[in-house]
Amino acid sequence: MEKFTRMTGLVAPLDRANVDTDAIIPKQFLKSIRRSGFGPNLFDAWRYLDEGQPDSDNSRRPLNPDFVLNQPRYQGAQILLARENFGCGSSREHAPWALVDYGFRALIAPSYADIFFNNSFKNGLLPIVLDAALVDSLFREAVATPGYRLTVDLEAQTVTTPAGQVLAFAIDPFRKYCLLNGLDDIGLTLQHRDEIQAYEARRRLEQPWLFADPVPGN
Amino acid sequence: MTPKTLYDKLWEAHVIRREADGTALLYIDRHLVHEVTSPQAFEGLRLAGRKPWRTASVLAVADHNVPTTDRSQGIADPVSRLQVETLDQNCADFGITEFKMNDHRQGIVHVIGPEQGATLPGMTVVCGDSHTSTHGAFAALAFGIGTSEVEHVLATQCLLMKKAKNMRVQVDGALSQGVSAKDLVLAVIGQIGTAGGTGYAIEFAGSAIQALSMEGRMTVCNMAIEAGARSGLVAVDEVTVAYLKGRPFSPRGPDWERAAAYWRTLHSDPGASFDRVVALDASTIRPQVTWGTSPEMVAPVDGRVPDPDREPDAVKQESMRRALDYMGLEPNVPIQEIQLDKVFIGSCTNSRIEDLRVAAAVVRGRRVAANVRLAMVVPGSGLVKHQAEQEGLDRIFREAGFEWREPGCSMCLAMNDDRLQPGERCAATSNRNFEGRQGTGGRTHLVSPGMAAAAAIAGHFVDVNSL
Ligand code: SF4
Repeated sequence: MEKFTRMTGLVAPLDRANVDTDAIIPKQFLKSIRRSGFGPNLFDAWRYLDEGQPDSDNSRRPLNPDFVLNQPRYQGAQILLARENFGCGSSREHAPWALVDYGFRALIAPSYADIFFNNSFKNGLLPIVLDAALVDSLFREAVATPGYRLTVDLEAQTVTTPAGQVLAFAIDPFRKYCLLNGLDDIGLTLQHRDEIQAYEARRRLEQPWLFADPVPGN
Repeated sequence: MTPKTLYDKLWEAHVIRREADGTALLYIDRHLVHEVTSPQAFEGLRLAGRKPWRTASVLAVADHNVPTTDRSQGIADPVSRLQVETLDQNCADFGITEFKMNDHRQGIVHVIGPEQGATLPGMTVVCGDSHTSTHGAFAALAFGIGTSEVEHVLATQCLLMKKAKNMRVQVDGALSQGVSAKDLVLAVIGQIGTAGGTGYAIEFAGSAIQALSMEGRMTVCNMAIEAGARSGLVAVDEVTVAYLKGRPFSPRGPDWERAAAYWRTLHSDPGASFDRVVALDASTIRPQVTWGTSPEMVAPVDGRVPDPDREPDAVKQESMRRALDYMGLEPNVPIQEIQLDKVFIGSCTNSRIEDLRVAAAVVRGRRVAANVRLAMVVPGSGLVKHQAEQEGLDRIFREAGFEWREPGCSMCLAMNDDRLQPGERCAATSNRNFEGRQGTGGRTHLVSPGMAAAAAIAGHFVDVNSL
């Protein structure tokens, strides 16, 4: 996983509440067996005027000029500003994969759906939670100011506005540690192999039925 | 001893170790796998040279991409086919039990887990699928995970997690005639909102929940995620124990009595404290119909489409306008005047035998309305399909003009050929009415199986009791 330390990036404001993962990456793109290549289909149904398919040539598809990410001023955006309950719906990790593949490194919203929030950390995408009133003011500034950029400092847990306003955010220490160091948490967990085995041995005695082999046939 | 909630008990029984910040290493008993969210996880294992920790804990099935029509020719769409074949290959390579597409036990992952007894009380159950909350109906701690976590569980049998807060949704009283578990849970979501359960595990309790069959409890827990909660839970009672007796993966012999005795302890202790309690009176719940693009946008069948002008909150008002625009609906229109193009009875919410029985009872001896272009029934599993055919339900549906299909996710998310055309309006027994969920531009109204059947016959929404 890529490390996340400090970054300054252009902000794109997506002014909708309850953006679901079906909207972030529609189901027809979930047929891929790879982890990459989802960026061109991020927000597909909002971004293009036609219906995209996995084999579509996206460079030839008609863009929806009203969609925020299609506006010239937001090209190259790395921070997505969103409203409450961002990422609700399905567990598809294709949603953070698509956001990262598109170029986003951080998200700012008042709240996220749990599974999406979790999935983001696994992919080096930092979902920052700020108070709804603060998010609202960031929306106003981002819309009013072309080229609006924010600086995110994970170590310091701050977001800094162009005017120098410093906004603090909270994050679990463990998640922060993994993100700062780009750690693969499977490797970390396997350091506790003995403890897992000891737990398993105990449970095997207490609840042997949990360890039965699958019964073939019916 | 401090009284504990059911969630506390399940959580504590699975914690292997705890980090200073409260992050726990949690042991996973059952891992269900399907074709859409697993390929990248298996690929990750291979790249790292890792092996699954305990293959016996894993049960795999292809459900999202499979065709619901004749399967003898395989899957026509090459992209879908590759995904299903990739699952077959991964299961073969790693020695994982899989119900393949043509196995008579194949079906939607959340239907077959309980049906096989692969989901048992007291287990932790995960799947790369948000509707894993379904399995909480058995007092199992069950929740959806992402693909990185699928890989993590495959490799370590564990997950790193923080404990959620406790919420109890208390539903007392009796449901009225024609009002089902689906209406109950839609009414709950209408009340607390789609983010109301975020950060919580929801235990559904009260006399109305206890009166539900296991099928009904699964329907309720299935939609806990639509209220934002990763897990829904119902305590064990004799209904739970009776359901599990004799299932293929259920314990047998002396283990059965031991297991059942333990399961009977799986309930919240009297006086256990919840961070939030929401109470509903079951007798006030009417049959529900969603009118918008989020499950919280729901109204009773005798109600009207709401008017955004009356919504004080600006963000909500904007969401309502957008939803009505997408749904092609005007404010204040009576729900019963909404005409339908298609009807879908299926999905992990409502495709079990009891759901099909209720729907069949409504359509028996009647015909699907002329304006309904397609009405389809997609059983949740091969075994459900077989059972329904034994009972003659397939004939009742066919004679009424419904199509009777092979099991799978089908038009719940339209990854196979079953989908809505742009602008088409569908009464669906599934769980999500998001934009484009059932096909680009498609319009979904979530209802119960009885209400979907009644809508198919009337051609528009009606109170199932009025037919
Ligand atoms: S039936 Fe629908 S909600 Fe259930 S697992 Fe399949 S796609 Fe997901």
